Amino acid sequence: MRILLLLLSLLVTPLVWAQATGPLIDALGADDFAAREQALTALTETDDPAIVPALKALENGQLYRRLSDDKVVIGQEQGESITLTDPLTGEALGTQAAGDLERIRVNNRLRRAIDASLGALTLRSPDAAVRQSAADAVFVSRDAATLPLLETALAAETDARVKRSLEQARAAILLADATLGTDDKLSAIAIIADKGGQAALALLSPLTSSTEPAVAKAATEAVRLIENKLAWAAAAQNVIYGLSLGSVLLLAAIGLAVTFGVMGVINMAHGEMVMLGAYTTFVVQEIIRAHAPGLFDWSLLIALPLAFVVAGGIGILIERGVIRFLYGRPLETLLATWGLSLVLQQAVRSIFGPTNMEVGNPAWMAGAFQVGEVTITYGRMWIFLFGLMVFAALMLLLRRTPLGLQMRAVTQNRSMARAMGIRTARVDALTFGLGSGIAGLAGVALSQIDNVSPNLGQGYIIDSFMIVIFGGVGNLWGTLVGALSLGIVNKLLEPLAGAVLGKILVLVGIILFIQARPRGLFALKGRAIEH
Amino acid sequence: MSRRQFLRSAVLSITGAALMLGTAGVALAADKPPIKVGILHSLSGTMAISETTLKDVMLMLIEEQNKKGGVLGRKLEPVVVDPASNWPLFAEKARELLAVQKVSATFGCWTSVSRKSVLPVFEELNGILFYPVQYEGEESSRNVFYTGAAPNQQAVPAVDYLIGEGIQRWVLAGTDYVYPRTTNKILEAYLKAKGVKAEDIMINYTPFGHADWQSIVKDIKKFGSAGKKTAVVSTINGDANVPFYKELANQGIKATDIPVIAFSVGEEELAGIDTKPLQGHLAAWNYFQSVKTPVNAEFIKKWQAFTKNPKRVTNDPMEAHYIGFNMWVQAVEKAGTTDTDKVIDAMIGVAVPNLSGGYSAMLPNHHITKPVLIGEVQADGQFETVWKTPGLVVGDEWSDYLPDSKDLIADWRKPLSCGNFNTATGKCGGAK
Repeated sequence: MRILLLLLSLLVTPLVWAQATGPLIDALGADDFAAREQALTALTETDDPAIVPALKALENGQLYRRLSDDKVVIGQEQGESITLTDPLTGEALGTQAAGDLERIRVNNRLRRAIDASLGALTLRSPDAAVRQSAADAVFVSRDAATLPLLETALAAETDARVKRSLEQARAAILLADATLGTDDKLSAIAIIADKGGQAALALLSPLTSSTEPAVAKAATEAVRLIENKLAWAAAAQNVIYGLSLGSVLLLAAIGLAVTFGVMGVINMAHGEMVMLGAYTTFVVQEIIRAHAPGLFDWSLLIALPLAFVVAGGIGILIERGVIRFLYGRPLETLLATWGLSLVLQQAVRSIFGPTNMEVGNPAWMAGAFQVGEVTITYGRMWIFLFGLMVFAALMLLLRRTPLGLQMRAVTQNRSMARAMGIRTARVDALTFGLGSGIAGLAGVALSQIDNVSPNLGQGYIIDSFMIVIFGGVGNLWGTLVGALSLGIVNKLLEPLAGAVLGKILVLVGIILFIQARPRGLFALKGRAIEH
Repeated sequence: MSRRQFLRSAVLSITGAALMLGTAGVALAADKPPIKVGILHSLSGTMAISETTLKDVMLMLIEEQNKKGGVLGRKLEPVVVDPASNWPLFAEKARELLAVQKVSATFGCWTSVSRKSVLPVFEELNGILFYPVQYEGEESSRNVFYTGAAPNQQAVPAVDYLIGEGIQRWVLAGTDYVYPRTTNKILEAYLKAKGVKAEDIMINYTPFGHADWQSIVKDIKKFGSAGKKTAVVSTINGDANVPFYKELANQGIKATDIPVIAFSVGEEELAGIDTKPLQGHLAAWNYFQSVKTPVNAEFIKKWQAFTKNPKRVTNDPMEAHYIGFNMWVQAVEKAGTTDTDKVIDAMIGVAVPNLSGGYSAMLPNHHITKPVLIGEVQADGQFETVWKTPGLVVGDEWSDYLPDSKDLIADWRKPLSCGNFNTATGKCGGAK
């Protein structure tokens, strides 16, 4: 009989839930944030897993209030109209015009509450990945009310990794409880100390001043160990940041290493070639958004050759139209190219407007991953690899192809090269186009981390010249080493001296270095330096 | 007007009068010399990104006013100059507007350094400048009307809101120039007065256009994971914001963990960023495009029609120009002349509707009353107002939280007529 009753109650409970939860969900459509938060608390207290889709929709801004009857529904935007489904049953409710619905807005407090209740509600999900993120969410929210749920989930857990996270979450909740016994506290400290990292440090630091000597001692020891580990991680992180900054500088400077370093043209419009590359990316993305949204993840790869062609083509035009008349007159070249840079900026401003353009990150460029305590963002990693690839490709081109041979011949001894039958004018144009095209490639990469505005190039021109001169004019390896070492030095100085002072110190350092070694890190030897 | 032009227009108007009595009045009115209005905003250089919009909104407002028949029966004529984000050039262009063009009022400047650069020119040549951007305060000039927010109309209420949300640890991050430095000085003093300990405040400055935020964002993350709820108060200005927010998103700092409240990021700045990862980060302004009032809906409609771009956004400094321009129109009508001294006197006490549904009034200290709004970034790049001051906040030019300025007040009404009256010593010119 008792078993029968239990079975019956098990059968009935979901029905009771559905009946009770309906009006509670509709309460989410309340006018102000406080009332919505109350509705959310009431919903969470039902412990009804059926509300999970509704909460997820609320967090993603897909929960709507129907103006005709105040019913709360889940909506999928489709152009001007919205396709509706019931938040509890998932039953389709047809489509409605956007004007008949009001999106239920959330603020940070609500978002936090949603995260916490989603965590609590999905602790028993059949999917291990969902349970893992639920455990993490509970660890962050540390809501004592979830403790009973956590205990049941822990007892049923089979996955070792999830189990560990659940234990850590439980320990985090327990540590906040002042009435906890010393032994329980010590074991909780051990679990948290095992987790390590900033979050553990935050939990343990307050305990170092605990009135119980055993607890204080264990916490102090754990904090010391974690801090040691974090210090190493921080140093490694700074070096990685430096390499990443260095790769950005390398990308910006490497095109200049060709035009300025190899050809000797002081090209003040170099930054604008970078900007043109970034705007090409923008145009490519706009076209993809309008005509083939499925290709969005490929937008950068599509933009790369186009940016090379656009920037390279304009580079060749500039060389043929202006610079070739000014060879051997560096001051005039400087002024002419500076003027050109202003013309290009204003042209872009007139065409695209002065505001920033939105260039999106493809999925594989967004987010970050952890290696121990070190965070590496995907975008930065790809840019680093891309920088090295561009460098390697340029080296190959200069060393292993006939065009590269001609370029080197022309820059080393122009009249001799001409005597050997090389069409120097054509080689000049191609070399300048190559340098500009590489700047265009850099623009594609920079569009991912910086503003796409007409001023994009200005921010990089000074740094680029600095690196090429520091590395040694005419030496590509110098540019590589110069860019990476400046990046690292900058990032190591930044935490010590601050961003502003750090930059000044780097500049002063370079000035002193140039005083001591006027030809830079890797000075060219031989006849080329006579020019 | 040359003599020949004058003769011709006189002949024309007489002919007009003879031909048709009804239109004669209009013809005469149109023949009165127009009132020149100077627009001093950078159309090239780093600040063009923000200031070009303000030039456009001024052109729209002037066009509207002309459709309504101008001011005092005279047409308005915009005089646009481009100071090119170059601070000394601002002073030169201001001199050109006042001495050569003889404009009746000027609307312009964005950065504090440009305002400081034109200030002596406006005082020397006795012009009128409307300054539409939130700024650090600590200034009140007889020739300038500050229609943007003073620190107590933006920064201080924003911090109050966050204290109410349970924030205990503060990162004050800013670009390295006068506005962030002064604002952060005020905020630091304010927070300490509220009992926040020095070790719970982290102050960080970066150069203009700073693009590599990796280590600073990491530091913020570290500072924020010390067990107390942390928020970032950002006075980061201009272009540096885009890479800053991108880095926040990439390193996974969500608004639910460490919210960032910005004083210089509006709808226009967000237009260049994918805002989905930024949902919930905050901004404090006196106006948001999302404010639901009929007057705002009409303003947005006109603006999008004027720029022929149905997606063009509006922002806070645009509203400041809207308020400032309408105030000036009203003051000129009240004074019945464009004479600088009379208009300056007539300005005080003028009240015009703002776009968030109330009235803003010009105060004797040349600042205005405005509501303060806190908004959260939404996925569509708009702000959702989550908090609003119950009434209008009175602009306080000399901060009460800085020891140097707490005794100072400004009152440009006669007989005091002083921009820095020291209430402790009872003397004008009490600054320093």
